[in-house]
Amino acid sequence: MTTTSLTKSRGAGHTGDKVFSAATLAAGCLILAVLFGVALFLVVQAIPALVAPADQIQGGEGFFTYIWPLVIGTLIAAVIALVIATPLAIGVALFISHFAPRNLASGLGYVVDLLAAIPSVVYGAWGVAFLAKEISPSYDWLAKNMGWLPIFQGPASATGKTILTAGIVLAVMVLPIITSLTREIFLQTPKLHEEAALALGATRWEMIRMTVLPFGRPGIISAVMLGLGRALGETMAVALVLSSGALTASLIQTGNQTIAAEIALNFPEASGLKVNTLIAAGLVLFVITLGVNVIARGIISRHKEFSGAN
Amino acid sequence: MTSTLTPVRKRSALTKGQLPKTAPYIVLAVALILGAAILALIGFNAFGWGLVSAILFAAGLVGWSLVVEGSRKAKDKLATCLVVGSFLIALLPLVSVIWTVLVNGLPGLLDPGFLTTSMNGVTGAFDNKTVEQGAPLLGGIYHAIVGTLLITVLATLISVPVGLLTAIYLVEYGQDRALARAITFFVDVMTGIPSIVAGLFAAAAFFAVVGPGTKTGAVAAVALSVLMIPVVVRSSEEMLKIVPNELREAAYALGVRKWRTILKVVLPTAISGIASGITLAIARVIGETAPILVTAGFATTINTNVFSGWMASLPTFIYTQILNPTSPSNPDPSSERAWGAALVLIILVMLLNLGARLVASLFAPKTGR
Repeated sequence: MTTTSLTKSRGAGHTGDKVFSAATLAAGCLILAVLFGVALFLVVQAIPALVAPADQIQGGEGFFTYIWPLVIGTLIAAVIALVIATPLAIGVALFISHFAPRNLASGLGYVVDLLAAIPSVVYGAWGVAFLAKEISPSYDWLAKNMGWLPIFQGPASATGKTILTAGIVLAVMVLPIITSLTREIFLQTPKLHEEAALALGATRWEMIRMTVLPFGRPGIISAVMLGLGRALGETMAVALVLSSGALTASLIQTGNQTIAAEIALNFPEASGLKVNTLIAAGLVLFVITLGVNVIARGIISRHKEFSGAN
Repeated sequence: MTSTLTPVRKRSALTKGQLPKTAPYIVLAVALILGAAILALIGFNAFGWGLVSAILFAAGLVGWSLVVEGSRKAKDKLATCLVVGSFLIALLPLVSVIWTVLVNGLPGLLDPGFLTTSMNGVTGAFDNKTVEQGAPLLGGIYHAIVGTLLITVLATLISVPVGLLTAIYLVEYGQDRALARAITFFVDVMTGIPSIVAGLFAAAAFFAVVGPGTKTGAVAAVALSVLMIPVVVRSSEEMLKIVPNELREAAYALGVRKWRTILKVVLPTAISGIASGITLAIARVIGETAPILVTAGFATTINTNVFSGWMASLPTFIYTQILNPTSPSNPDPSSERAWGAALVLIILVMLLNLGARLVASLFAPKTGR
């Protein structure tokens, strides 16, 4: 009797094991399928725009003439965001990991994480209602005093709704991402290295330059690249803040447009070939961010044993 | 002969003078006064005062240190000033955003019926009346709240099983196989998908399968799932990894099957971290605008069916009210509604974040120590 019941229970358990492991495997494969599906569906829906005669695409000169200024605009906005956010983020991360009093540090880290929790549309609303208004006088000043630089060429936009404002809002949004990654890496610097530097008489800054920064360099690079990926794909801040237009070199005039904002502004009312054009634009954005992210993750995984960014 | 024994004070780099302990406070006071004086000459404002004082403080402290303590200490002081300064600068937008939303959002939120009415039938004419004749502000965000909750719940129902099972596969079954490594890598890549591309994917998939122009709450939920799954996988995986192996081995030693071990031993131990990770993932997607914009359209009426018809949500409501005010000639009522909705959204997100912390501490396994 006991043997049969044992056999029975083993049989039942065995089925449970099989079903459960199959379910987990299926879920894992589903994720791969979804990512593959993202690429596949975007390509399928984008093809009509890529093969359509040039005069049917918006602008009348074919898809590549249409997408080119958008790619450049996206890059400009992302570069502005990174130029502002990277030094700030490293500073904030150093403050939390090495300067703030130990018992305050985790609370301060949480405050910075709150920046990441605020929805992007709220940042967009803040950018257009507060930042653009407050910052436009300084654009006038820039146009007057540094107008000889092509990027500050006047006349400055009166509303402040320029690509520079959009870039600043993007910088605020990528700041917590870069900060939290670099903070983790800085905290993983071997304590003995730091103490050795201090014991040799180094000041705190010399200790950081000798041990923390060299140790964290690959982590910083990949954190910045992840921030770049976010800045490239961020939609709402740009869609609300920027009053878009043709590609211009000046950062303080209205003009320029990013891929993500172009899609968000036009997709709801689009129909026919326009939908395919916008999906093709999304495909271009997908490929760019995918490339950036793969490189960033590659750097992280190559330095996996050293850094904490995984 | 005795004169050679008189001690000679040598100045070495190690024993150079030090600034008094009160030096930062003295410099700060001087900087604040000087800053106020300079600002008084060119027109006073609080932001400019803070900025000028901060620059004066840094320059004064570093300069003083350079004279008394030498260049190494001065460099250290400069770095400290820059690091602390960057933290203060990073706080500015946070404070400014929350302040702006509170000040602009409270009047909208306090309008009677703001949380309990939809925008059904509210036209520009009513808004014109509100501005010109002082009539009460009509319209509210009930339909948007309903939409946001339905879409988010559906997205959670899709993402949590898939994400959790994948995490279990990676930790319990994967054992560093090629497939497990591929999944880990692509999950990381997925976290970087721009939200609008996720929206386009869902739209493109449903356009291809169901028919062109399919825009419903379910499409939006699929789009949000694409964003949510990688977050759930990552956080659950981390939590499952820190479950001690001794617990699993103890269960196996008692003859318990692997799947029952996972369900009865591993998951309950990690549940607090998993639940808080899921709450954070919900907080992340509830504020997403772009994917909903391209997948669910924008409705002005209450729609409780996620499988048919356009659906409103809080983020898209804010977006459309700002960009296309209900009354183009009088955008103020629309922006009041938008800020009210923004306040509600921020409160929701903050509650979810707080909830995640609470869940993590409430359901934490009792260690007995």
